[in-house]
Amino acid sequence: MALGRKDASNAEMLKGTLDMMVLRTLVTGDAHGHTIAKVIERGSEDVLEVEQGSLYPALHRLEDRGWVSSYWGTSENNRKAKFYKLTAAGRKQLVRETDRWRQMARAIALVMGEKTLIAEEDV
Amino acid sequence: MSWTRFFRRKRADAELAQEIDLYLAEEVQENIARGMSQEEARRQARVKLGSARRVHEELWRQNSMAALDNLWRDLRYAARTLRRSPGFTAIAVLVMALGIGANVALFTVVRSVLLNPLPYRDPGELYTLFERGGEDSPGQGRFMPVAGGSAAEWKKAATSAAEMAIVCPWQDYNVSSEGGLLPEKVDASWISANFFSTLGVAPALGRSFTAGDDDPKAEATVILSHTFWKRRYASDKGILGRKILLDARPYTVIGVMPASFNYSSSFSGNTTAVWTPVGHDAPPSLLKVFDDHAFLVVARLRPGVTLASLLGQLNAVQKQVKIDNPGSAVHEGVSGRSMLDDAVGNYRTSLYVLLTATGCVLLIACLNVASLLVARTATRSREHAIRAALGGSAMRLLRERLMESLLLSVLGGAAGMGLAWMAVEWLVRTRQDMNRIESVHIDGVVVLFAVATVVLCALFSGLISALSAGRGQILAALQQSGRTQSAGNAKAGLRRVLLVFEVGLTVMLLIGAGLLLKSYQRLRSTDLGVPTNTLTLSLSLPDGRYKTAVQQVSFFEQLIERVRAVPGVGAAGLVSRAPGQGWGGDHLMTVVEHPPLPKGVGLDIMVRGADPGYFSAVGIPLMKGRIFTADERLERDHYIVLSQSAAKLCFPDEDPIGKHLKGTDGGPFEVVGVVGDTRWNISEPIRPTLYWPIFGNGYSVATIVVRSPRDVEALAMPIQKIIGSMDPDLPVFAVRTLQETIGLSTVGSQFDSILVLAFAVIALVLAAAGLYGVLAYLVTQRTSEIGIRIALGAQREQVMRLMLVDGLQPALLGLGLGLGASAATVRLIRSMLYETRPFDPEVFLSVTAVLLVVAGAACVAPAWRASRLDPMNALRTE
Repeated sequence: MALGRKDASNAEMLKGTLDMMVLRTLVTGDAHGHTIAKVIERGSEDVLEVEQGSLYPALHRLEDRGWVSSYWGTSENNRKAKFYKLTAAGRKQLVRETDRWRQMARAIALVMGEKTLIAEEDV
Repeated sequence: MSWTRFFRRKRADAELAQEIDLYLAEEVQENIARGMSQEEARRQARVKLGSARRVHEELWRQNSMAALDNLWRDLRYAARTLRRSPGFTAIAVLVMALGIGANVALFTVVRSVLLNPLPYRDPGELYTLFERGGEDSPGQGRFMPVAGGSAAEWKKAATSAAEMAIVCPWQDYNVSSEGGLLPEKVDASWISANFFSTLGVAPALGRSFTAGDDDPKAEATVILSHTFWKRRYASDKGILGRKILLDARPYTVIGVMPASFNYSSSFSGNTTAVWTPVGHDAPPSLLKVFDDHAFLVVARLRPGVTLASLLGQLNAVQKQVKIDNPGSAVHEGVSGRSMLDDAVGNYRTSLYVLLTATGCVLLIACLNVASLLVARTATRSREHAIRAALGGSAMRLLRERLMESLLLSVLGGAAGMGLAWMAVEWLVRTRQDMNRIESVHIDGVVVLFAVATVVLCALFSGLISALSAGRGQILAALQQSGRTQSAGNAKAGLRRVLLVFEVGLTVMLLIGAGLLLKSYQRLRSTDLGVPTNTLTLSLSLPDGRYKTAVQQVSFFEQLIERVRAVPGVGAAGLVSRAPGQGWGGDHLMTVVEHPPLPKGVGLDIMVRGADPGYFSAVGIPLMKGRIFTADERLERDHYIVLSQSAAKLCFPDEDPIGKHLKGTDGGPFEVVGVVGDTRWNISEPIRPTLYWPIFGNGYSVATIVVRSPRDVEALAMPIQKIIGSMDPDLPVFAVRTLQETIGLSTVGSQFDSILVLAFAVIALVLAAAGLYGVLAYLVTQRTSEIGIRIALGAQREQVMRLMLVDGLQPALLGLGLGLGASAATVRLIRSMLYETRPFDPEVFLSVTAVLLVVAGAACVAPAWRASRLDPMNALRTE
């Protein structure tokens, strides 16, 4: 994993985060690329804009690693679409990623003195 | 990133296109739902998506392996470049194929014959032991067969150092006709009971000999070779326990050897069809005497024993034997060599010389391809300079060039493997006389060797041309493309150096070929002493059926009478061994009328039995005295006809007629005549020979010699029918003309000389092509320079001379180099030469002449073209 490397660049960090978010969106059910992008954008109150240039390579990468599987189906608008589905391995990976992200976020919050975030964590 | 992804990039790309289409469609729909117009919705969706191309590229890159990708691109690029010049490609591939094919074929033979271990258990521990003369005895005298008595002494003395077995591989038996099978004569070996166990092999069927079989009183037993069993008995397992008739005596078949078993030595090929126990079949005296050398000793060293220590021990034993038995035929020393050496040592020089020759051809082929690539590099130097200037990495350019030569080598290697396969088939067919030739085959190691050769060739020719590209001279290359007149000279310089080596190697090959060819011609033109259009047929009377001398002699007398009566027979005679057909036995003789020689010393003379008609039939001239008469037979068989050299040896300054000779165990014999000399082997010097009557003197083996004014070979069938009608159980063997005999004994020499000659011719053609290519290239490069020279008044002859000198320079340098290197190495092939000195001036001179003529011819055309240039046109080019 890119994150393991010491000199992991920001881009790769973000990629890792995108991967995590993609996995997270798939927890609620199978989806195709457009839906996934939409869910992430809406979910982040349109703060995060998912670039298609990263989304599709990310999906293919996740499929490669066996965290998601894909199949061809029909979209809600009756179009042929490639749906992605979270696998068991993907679910485990999501847990790992989430844990790591939480630690990271907590650590950053501590440094930044963001008490609220820590308090939320402690609940 | 996975391999499957890499190879499915195209499909992934197509899928991605669909996904993107879907994304756009969904986005457009959403935008319309938000109240945008159709057009605006589409535009906004596109804006949001950004560049679809970029998404494609991102994914494509993610799915790529850079190295593999580059490799594939280089490969395609190289293939395209080569396809653009099919002539160059075809020549280069052909040249490589010849070089690689010849090398792989020869390597296959060298490996199978010389390098592979023998098919026995722990073959490294097995040695063949011989008797040897004094310390100073040369060549063959160091490895002579062993007397039965000596072998027994050795075995007794060295039980703790080695397991020893004896074998007598020169035997043969008449196998009687049975169950519709024809009678035939087969090669046989007498072996001690422990022979097979010493080698560590066991019969595939049945059992091996036991000490009980190896005894004069035992029941006769025999073990068959796999080939003989398969051929004569159609692999019938029921043969075990059955009796077959050998020399008209019944033998029980107790075993059949496995197909993989073979035994060959420096004295015998792998021709043994039946194995019999020596203790049962050999006369008991043969196993006890010290002066009749009938055996080879095979020894398996026990752990911790070395050959040197065993020989040290046995030498002491043999020295004592010599002291106790001081006869001249008793040897004083022991020698030994590994069984593998003994079996194939005779072919080592010749095979390695051939392998070296093929190596030279391959090297020349590589040099030629390198030279062609250098020429291409030179013509593309501008392209490369521009690419380098634009930032093309040096590695990239190097890789491209290597890829080109790799592609050529691989194509050449593939074609070469085909050639090698055919060549191996041919070699095996042609050299049936070579020991272990039946084990030659192409295996995994050979394929590995071929692959390694291909890679080496690719690196060699690729690197030479790549290095010639002259990195860091971008500016110079770009400037050169102007009207500079010495363009490309540096590159031609490298090609000239390559040419010098090429010509040098060619000269070495030519000299080797010349020497071998001369030696072969000497061999073929050697006079056997008699005309060679004579037919010979051999037969041997089994003493099981022809028990007395009278029976044998009367059979021979009747036979030759009936042969003479066959229509078409001009003359016929009987002899124990025809000229050129082998050793045939020798005796130590003394002259009765001379003062007695010291005990054990005598005149070594070859012995032949002959009938009165033999000399005129085979064409040996009578010099003095007379031939035998018809009644000098049986008891009256003590008459001798000497060959000229024997007469000179025994009676240097006397008239031999009427004098007497005595053998070690018989005589005296009266000398009645002197006849011309003959050779016992075409490649050996003449030896003194004596003849005595074959109708007597205990002969049961005879060769019929027949001469005819017409086609002599057509007489073979009628004569064999006569023999069949006299005794249907009697096989006839060695049916051939003396001409064929010579052909058989010179096949090795013929083979070596013709192959090396073929390689030399290939090398010569390649070198000539190289010379032509370089000079033609130079002329093109210097067109404008020559134009200026002519315009300024240079004579056309001058121009031609200038160019010729330019072209011939590398040829002359190479010639000098080749002659020097040959002088240093020719003595290595001395053992392959017959009556030809390694420094044969005739060969050296004619090679020089041939090379000069060929080099001149190769250079004349481009030089001529240069001298005919029209100065106006020449100056206008570029």
